[in-house]
Parts: sequence; structure tokens; C-alpha cells
Amino acid sequence: MSDQTLISLKHLRKAYPGCVANDDISMQIDRGEIHALLGENGAGKSTLVKIIYGVVKADEGSIEFDGKPVQINNPAYARSLGIAMVFQHFSLFDSLTVAQNISLGMDDKSDPEQLSERIIEISNHYGLPLDPERHVYTLSVGERQRIEIIRCLLQDPKLLIMDEPTSVLTPQEVDKLFETLRRLSDEGMAILYISHKLDEIKALCRNATILRLGKKIDSVSVADQTPSSLAGLMMGEELKLADHAPGGTPGEVRLSIKNLNIPAESALGISLKEINFEVRGGEIIGIAGVAGNGQDELLKAINGELLCTPDSINIEGKYVGGFGPNERRQYGLVSVPEKRLGHGAVPGMSLVDNALLTANIRLGLIKLGLINYSKTIDFTQSVIKEFDVRTPDENARADSLSGGNLQKFIVGREINQSPELIVVAQPTWGVDAGAAQSIRAALRALANQGTAVLVISQDLDELFEMSDRIGAICAGKVSAFFPITEMNSEKIGLLMAGVET
Amino acid sequence: MKPYLERRQLESKLWTYMSPVLALLLTLLAGALLFRIMSVEVAPALYIFFIEPISTSYGLSELWVKATPLILIGVALSLGFRAGVWNIGAEGQLILGGIFGGGVALLFYEQEGFYILPLILLAGVLGGMLWAGIVAWLRTRFNANEILTSLMLTYVAELLLSYLIHGPWKDPEGYSFPQSRIFSDSALLPVIADGTRLHLGAVIAVVVVLIAWGVLARTRLGFQIKVMGDAPDAGTYAGFSHKKVIWMTLLMSGGAAGLAGVIEVVGPIGQLLPSISPGYGFTAIIVAYVGRLHPVGVLFAGLLLALSYLGGESAQIELNLPLAVGGVFQGLLLFFLLACDVLIHYRLRLSPNKA
Repeated sequence: MSDQTLISLKHLRKAYPGCVANDDISMQIDRGEIHALLGENGAGKSTLVKIIYGVVKADEGSIEFDGKPVQINNPAYARSLGIAMVFQHFSLFDSLTVAQNISLGMDDKSDPEQLSERIIEISNHYGLPLDPERHVYTLSVGERQRIEIIRCLLQDPKLLIMDEPTSVLTPQEVDKLFETLRRLSDEGMAILYISHKLDEIKALCRNATILRLGKKIDSVSVADQTPSSLAGLMMGEELKLADHAPGGTPGEVRLSIKNLNIPAESALGISLKEINFEVRGGEIIGIAGVAGNGQDELLKAINGELLCTPDSINIEGKYVGGFGPNERRQYGLVSVPEKRLGHGAVPGMSLVDNALLTANIRLGLIKLGLINYSKTIDFTQSVIKEFDVRTPDENARADSLSGGNLQKFIVGREINQSPELIVVAQPTWGVDAGAAQSIRAALRALANQGTAVLVISQDLDELFEMSDRIGAICAGKVSAFFPITEMNSEKIGLLMAGVET
Repeated sequence: MKPYLERRQLESKLWTYMSPVLALLLTLLAGALLFRIMSVEVAPALYIFFIEPISTSYGLSELWVKATPLILIGVALSLGFRAGVWNIGAEGQLILGGIFGGGVALLFYEQEGFYILPLILLAGVLGGMLWAGIVAWLRTRFNANEILTSLMLTYVAELLLSYLIHGPWKDPEGYSFPQSRIFSDSALLPVIADGTRLHLGAVIAVVVVLIAWGVLARTRLGFQIKVMGDAPDAGTYAGFSHKKVIWMTLLMSGGAAGLAGVIEVVGPIGQLLPSISPGYGFTAIIVAYVGRLHPVGVLFAGLLLALSYLGGESAQIELNLPLAVGGVFQGLLLFFLLACDVLIHYRLRLSPNKA
């Protein structure tokens, strides 16, 4: 191992009951290098990172850091070595200020005034503008991420681990983040960058280590790879693109939203403001947007969980703004909420009961208050079979399925009710690439049969792949929609930031 | 070696059912210790408490007499608990059932007719529903916590009963004792086994268990209750109304508690007294949890907790222990049950050293 090597992992192995998360993984990261850790969901990236950060202990194998063998038993020790981590989910207190949040996360408590000065110093130096006195609830997701990054940088780390940092950022915010990361790397900091976005890795990283099903597939120099060769390494097979057939003549209007206004439910909620758009049969409409800009509220307004003035929403020619979810289902609407466990599905109930949950209206599974279980079981089995849901049987509890399988089940449950209109939020969030492709293909097939499809997603790649027309939601307002052929990432970035083009 | 708890990925089916058994064993152990501290011989005391009361057929019939209100209320409470509606004021709803049913019984004093008893039972149900309905209204209209309102209404109910039998409903020939007239025969529940106090109410309780089982397993209402308790957001998504579930579960549990109350006054008691229940409404909460919020489980749990009443009585008679011993055993059982329920979600592990 040369002087250049900062950390070297040797033959790490970690097994959980029923699965080997990491199997004989060795890799090294040099000083000042941005190293990508690439893999599908469930490939073992998180476990490996948790071992490095001391959250999880490896069963076998060893770690050398800075030339010395180390035993990283807990995150505090990892931090004392100079390892810092920015998690995908932030742990911030909304009601506290930036400085207070950072102070809470520090191992050694320092004087608040000094801390504020250092925060300003670091944020200016690395191009991460942030006011230490702002309250967190007033900040955007990108700004919140900056807090986490600055919290790490205050510890002068040698290795910075970033877990899917761009999944919640606008393209412009991503560019800024990359500038910062490059600057850190120029100053000699090593960065372990976890992602499955191939173009980002191409743009940012020098080397990449690819994991698949808990095993290391290869460590490669990114310069020698194309995005599709990286995808090939990650997936083990070439990606099949959904058959995208935009430009077909859209049919009649199935969903029409006019002057939709709904005030926020709580002080920190988002109000929907002056929303106007239409979705026609046979087309897929995409709504982009950074998390927390009213996506959840929009979905609930359309599916009837939130009510509004009757004539704001028209489904299949009927004004339904004042109707609840069941009436709207009768008129042909189905929906898939963003949160799977607890919203789209009941965690502790079987798949049969979860099928009954939304399918009972359109399929008449309940007569005179009595549940027809044999019909429900038939329906559940057909969803499991057609959508390739991996489960022991239809009696498995929803929370025993992996995220991807549960999503296939939920989407399948809605599609198999032969809807006129489907609204889907985050159709493939946290779903592995294979399942994501099959979900997208199923939605496209549904559109081809004449159903109107509305996709609300934060994943731009997905929206660009699927949609015929794209718009964005920002602070509760929905932008105009543009045909996919007239769209590019810069334009959508501006729409997501609320700038009309 | 240091024991610690590790979270299970899925909740354990085995421990869902084993937890009450383990809790019962721990209760016996703690009870034995308690007897020991009070210098009572342990083995005979436990025998007198748990075995002797049910060693005769009369004892068994008494077990059912005590279990009847516990089962009725426990079943209905478990429906509410499943939906996340915490009605802990069943005692008050029981008293209102007694007042309404007893009132109708007094109205038909010294009259005969097959319709009298059904009317009395119906009035009891309505009384319990009325009391629980107040709770539901406060919850859905003002978002008032039903734990507090239902509990506080219990005290109102007790005072209302006290007022009635000290005042307008006092037996005119009762030498000023605070009690109502003794109801006439056509107002009383028929005894179903000669020489015992076992009455028709026990049959009603079993029927209610079967109905509740069917409702929970097969109907839209039962499904809504389960969904709302487990994932309210999913319930809203499915088009269920949270308010409706609150109303339905409270009316059902109030109605069942009211039925239990009227069954007490026209069954074993036969008149209105200042106290018509030794805390059945509260004990039924323990019954619901020991029975795992399942109707059939509640049936068995009701019998078990009824035994704690009988055991308390025989311990008082034969060992000169205070009647409160029965309540202590009930409390211990709930205490250990809640502790043991940790094992449903966690597994106990021993770690080799290290903090």
C-alpha cells in the first residue's frame, strides 16, 4: 500500500440473518480522490459504508486507515480518525437555527459565537452559502444538506462519505455541490460518493467500485467507462428501455384541474395555489419538483384525500372536488401515493387485505358490508403473478416485502383495476433497476390502452424517459407543461426552481 | 455477559400468544412472593385463590356470572383499541346502561309481558351508547382526548346513579336505604341452570363474541377498524372516514358496556344499588389486552380475570386477606403483560461484555 492510499478495506464480510450484505469486499481510496461506490438498491453499499463509519461491525476482514490497522467500533471513533459522513436522510431539528443544529452534532462543544464565525468562514470558502441564524424549517432541502456538509467539514475530515446526496437537489444545486466537492478533493480530502446516477459519477469521480448482490464486481477507472458500460457492470445485463412512443395522438381529457387552491393543513405545510392543467387519455404527464413542494398535497387533492371546491377538479367530465376517494375511484381514478408503508399499504396486513384496501370499490369486492374473500384472493394472486411480485404467497404481510416488490404490488393493484386515470407519485423510488423498468413499462402499456397517466416524481431521469409532457411543481404552484422534445435539464431545473420560461 | 434487546424485523407471532402465558406465570410468581411477605403459606393460598373457586359446578357457574360483563365489555373495547380509539370509560357506560335499563324496569314495576325484558335490554344498550356518544362527539367535534373525557364521564355516571337511588328512584318501602325497588320477575333475566345464578346474559356474551368475530374478520366495518388502527393514512387513502370509525367503535363499546350494565342489574343484582359493578369496566381493559384484542381471546381472558374476582373473595373469606388482593393480581397481570409484550417486537440477547 502506497503513501497515497488513505483507507484500505480488506476482505470485509457482513452477514445478516437470511442474507450476506457484504461478501469479501476489498477496495482502497487514495487521498484527494473522489471515489464512487456504485450499485443497485440492496447491492450492499449502505452496509459497507456503515462498516467504515462504525455503525455496523464487520464479521470478518480488516480496515487500514492512514497506514495503520484500525478497529472502528463506533461513529465517534470514526470521526476522531477523520471520517465524516453526510447521510441521505438529514437529522435536523426544524425549530432550531443552523448554528444550534450544528452545535448539537459536535463532539466537542465550543463557544457559539466562534462556531458561527467558523460556519460563515467555511461556507464562504467552499461556496456553501448559509446563514447560521436562520431556522431550519425556512430552508430548502439543498440548504439543509449544506448544514450536514458543514457539520462534517468543521471536523476537518480526511475522508468524507456522501450517501446519494443529489437525490433531492435541483440540477443547479447539483452543479454547486459538485463544485464544492471538487474543491475539497483539490485540497486533499478523499470523498466516497455513493450513487446510482451514472452521469454524475462520470462527471465527478476518478475511480468507481461496483457492488452487486453484496459482492464486489470491479474497481474501475471512470475515464475508461461509458455510462452504459457502468450500468452494465452495475446491473449485470444491459438496460432495457421502456418502449417510449411519444407523439401518439392523445385522446379525450380525463383529468382537468382548474384554479385549484387548497390552504395548507398545518403551519409548515404547503398550500396549493392556482393550479391548472389537463391530462388526456393515452398520454403520460410528468410533474418534476424538489421534495416538499406540494407533491403530496397535489396527489391527495386529486385522489380525494383532500377536498376542494367542486368545480376545481373534473374527472371524466364530472366535477369531483367535493367528493372523497371512493366516489372518485368509481369515476375511474386510481392513485399510488409516495409513501408505500402506512399510506399506499397497511404494514401489518396481508397482501389480500391490502388488495381489498383500494380495489373493493371498482371490483365490487364488498357487498352489503360483507367482504368477498375468494374474489379478493383471486385478484391478489393475479396481481402477484402479472407483476412478478416476489412473495411466499398472498398471505404475506406488506411489511415483509422488499420496497421494490411492495411497489410492484401496489402499482399492479391499481393498474389491474382498469382505471381511466392513474396518478402515481415516485413510481420507482428505492426500487431496483429491474423492477423500476417493469413498473415504467406497465404504466406505458396502460397509457397505450388509452388511460391518462400522471407521474409526480423527483427522479428527472425517470420523468424524461417516461413522459410525453413535463412540468414542475414549486412551492405549491404547477408550471406550464412542455413536450418532452422541447425539454432539457436546464429548462426543467428552472421550472423546479419556480422560474417560468 | 450483558443482556440486551435486539429489534426483530417482523413481530413475532409466537410471542403474541406466549406473552400472556408468560405474564400469567410471572403474576403467579409475584403473587407467591406477595403471600410470602404477608406471612401466608404460599401453596394453600394460591390454591384458595386460583383453584378452589372453580372446583365445584356452582363455582364454575359463578365464574361465568362474573365473566359475562367482562367478556361483553372486553370484546367491544378490543374493537375500539384495534382502531386506536381509547375508550377507558366503559365503567361509566356500564352504569348508564344499568340506569337506563333499571329505569325501564321500574317503569314496568309489577307489570307482566314478554316485551318488557327486551325493552329493558335495549334501553341499557342505548344508555351506554349515549354516554359513549358524548365522548365521540367531543372527540370528533373538538378533538378532545377520549381517554380523559371517557374517564371523567365515569365519575359523572357514578354520581348520577347515586343521586337517583338516594332521591327519585329510592324504594319507598326500603326504610330509606339507598336502593331502588326490587324488580319484578318479568324484568329479570331467566336463570339457565337451576340452583345457580347463571343467567341468560352468559349466552348473550358468547353470542356477542361470535358476532364481533364475524364483524372483524368478514365485514367492511371490521376491515376499516383494523386499517385505521394500523395505518390511518392508508385508511384515508382507501376512503374510510376517521370520524366514522371513532363514532362506530365508541357506540359499539358503549352499547356493549351498557348491555353489560343492564344485564348486571336485571341479572345477579335484581335492583339498582349505589354500586352495580366492582370495576368490570376497568378490568375489561385488561381482559381486552390479555385476550390480544381478539374476540375469542377475550372470551378466555374474561374467564381468567373473572377468576381473580372469585379468588379475591375466597382469599378474603378464608385467609382474612383484604378484597383488594384480587385487584392486585389484576394489576400485576396487566403490568407483566405490557412488559412481556416487548418480546413481540424485540428479542432478548446476551452480549459478550462491552457496553
